[in-house]
Amino acid sequence: METMRERFAVVTSELLEQDPRTAVVLADIGTTGFAEVARRHPDRVVNVGIREQLLIGTAAGLALTGMRPIAHTFASFLVERPFEQVKLDLGHQGVGAVLVSALGSYDWPAGGRTHMAPGDVALLDTLPGWTVHVPGHTDEADVLLRHAVADGDANVYVRLSAHQNAAAQPVEPGRFLTVRRGTGAVVLAVGPMLDAVLAATEGLDVTVLYAASVRPFDSAALRAALGSRADVVLVEPYLAGTSNNAAHEALADLPHRVLGLGVPREEHRRYGSMDEHLAAYGLDAAGLRARITGFLR
Amino acid sequence: MTTTEIHSHGFQDLPGLMGLMTGDEKHGPAATSTLDALWVLYDRVLRVTPATVDAPDRDRFLLSKGHGPMAYYAVLAAKGFLPVELLPGFGGYDSPLGHHPDRLLVPGVEIGSGSLGHGLPLAVGSALGLRAQGLTDPAVWTLIGDAEFDEGSNHEALAFAGAAGLDRLHVVAIDNSSATHGWSGGIAARFEAAGWSARTVDGRDHEALFEAFTAPHPGRPHAVVAQVETKN
Repeated sequence: METMRERFAVVTSELLEQDPRTAVVLADIGTTGFAEVARRHPDRVVNVGIREQLLIGTAAGLALTGMRPIAHTFASFLVERPFEQVKLDLGHQGVGAVLVSALGSYDWPAGGRTHMAPGDVALLDTLPGWTVHVPGHTDEADVLLRHAVADGDANVYVRLSAHQNAAAQPVEPGRFLTVRRGTGAVVLAVGPMLDAVLAATEGLDVTVLYAASVRPFDSAALRAALGSRADVVLVEPYLAGTSNNAAHEALADLPHRVLGLGVPREEHRRYGSMDEHLAAYGLDAAGLRARITGFLR
Repeated sequence: MTTTEIHSHGFQDLPGLMGLMTGDEKHGPAATSTLDALWVLYDRVLRVTPATVDAPDRDRFLLSKGHGPMAYYAVLAAKGFLPVELLPGFGGYDSPLGHHPDRLLVPGVEIGSGSLGHGLPLAVGSALGLRAQGLTDPAVWTLIGDAEFDEGSNHEALAFAGAAGLDRLHVVAIDNSSATHGWSGGIAARFEAAGWSARTVDGRDHEALFEAFTAPHPGRPHAVVAQVETKN
């Protein structure tokens, strides 16, 4: 299966050809996919070396001159390491960029904690104005990347992952989709969590919503999906509870319950595979089913 | 205030303008380390005016060392970028003039600063952005301090800019020997080692500053280290 990162290089190369405002900024990660377009547009494909503060500062400086920068590296080094640059060079300066990450929370467990950033979306939640896309399939990444680059001068985070669902959903940026309709609780699956959520909720009378965009949070869709009781389960491929506040705000005028499932805060000091980590976090179908049914009992 | 009155301000008026912000009428030029460099840049070097603050081909000046911005505001007021009447409100709730500048509040201010080490990376990106748009003439300047130079982000930026040969990029480093551990061997040596053109001059000597600011540096970015009195 074509990876999201492979498609990212194809889509971004195409956008670089089409739109002279676009530029891509790299920090030695992911440069291979851009080698060809870099030869044609050397001024708009910039590799700053292993310098992540400069990665964001450069993207912001490009934006100050009117360009639409796209910056890419692993989530740990894109959001966590240069977080003050994200806060000040982009947000505080009033300019925008598209930040495209890879590896996310658990994509390369053999790489260990240094290459895991389950807190990335929660960190961006401390800042105003960020749009966050979490595609669950390469074809969704394609749609969301194009939308992000065309999204005016907005600050947009696109969280690419090696974890994918079997089939793409017809995503609309900013909207939750109804994948399965029931009369009871609502289970919101974010990005790559959809297949496991569908398997975990097989035979349960719940509505399954799908979010490939989590910020802004589609409160209207969540409210419209509520059944007889306002019970909501959030299943996110990053830090558990990241969207709890958004769900509570959406349901603030209703008695409601929210269960936030995702990657635990505690460091899981094991190497191994993505599937082993998902199971250890309780994010495989069996683990999800046990916790969802326990909550709804 | 008319344009004629704005442009009547000279270097000798800056202490008075600064006094409007601090309430102290006795400011000598030495009261701030950046005053002379800022004046020479805005008076004789930068091709930007209040009428061209949004022009794509203007020169950019990014004040990275946002601490102690009174000299900056005084120069901007003297050159008509902001009304002198705003100066007494410095730091107030209703004033656009904070103790660190904000580009969204003050016309002509290119970046909001205060946290150190952000100006040079932003200047690198700006130089790349202008070049990518075929704007090869505008100069990009950033002002840093010798203590600010401690921040590692500067070293990410200067190494890359030298290797990339960003010849429209300029740094003025105000050196008042305030870095806690100093810069053994000098600041200019760091830039030169990374492939920059660099000069070290008396930061109070306007002719020396002008000559260093305008020295040719084909194919290389340019740094001017302006030495002033040691911080008290």
